Amino acid sequence: MAEIKVDCIGETCPVPLVETRKALRKAEPGDIVEVIGTHPSSKKEIPMAVKALGLELLEVTDEGDTWRIRIRK
Amino acid sequence: MADNEKNKATIIAHSGDMDKIYSALIVANGALSMGMEASIFFTFWGLQRLKKDGLEKGPLSKMNMFGLGKWMVKRKMKASNVASLERMLQDFVELGGKILACDMTMEIMGIKKEDLRDDLVSDYCAVGTYVNEARESAITLFI
Repeated sequence: MAEIKVDCIGETCPVPLVETRKALRKAEPGDIVEVIGTHPSSKKEIPMAVKALGLELLEVTDEGDTWRIRIRK
Repeated sequence: MADNEKNKATIIAHSGDMDKIYSALIVANGALSMGMEASIFFTFWGLQRLKKDGLEKGPLSKMNMFGLGKWMVKRKMKASNVASLERMLQDFVELGGKILACDMTMEIMGIKKEDLRDDLVSDYCAVGTYVNEARESAITLFI
């Protein structure tokens, strides 16, 4: 199982969402995609996309202004 | 998701204005990112943006002021780290989005396939294709 990191710090709409989707498309089932970013709405919307895609949201955490979202494909 | 649930976004890009092409690509890329299919039907002024080196050439829809307004908005967008139209178009294609080019616009405006970024175009078509895509779509927009 690979762990794929996506760094979207400083990126704005729609880049964090799009980069998450690109990484999830390339991932194999069971792989973990970890996205970090600072765009506030993406923290809410990436979990919406995970749900729409029928994937597993592992966790959403914050460190200051940076959020970290972990997804299992 | 149920088999009969509509899961597609179909957008008509009629305007060639820079900000409206941004809106079309942002909505389309958002739809693709959230697991929908997406297609953009480029027609009239929108089709001009599919010409080689044409993507960034559109004016601002309001307060363009002979390009001064556009220059100021682009500077602000750069400061806010907004992705370029080129990057958004590449992402759209990478995520499986379809680019449809209106053949009637090509005829009336004298645009040939070789004038367009032919490698990105999925199909050259007309209203029938749009309607067929739109009838299967949960989201359809005219921009």
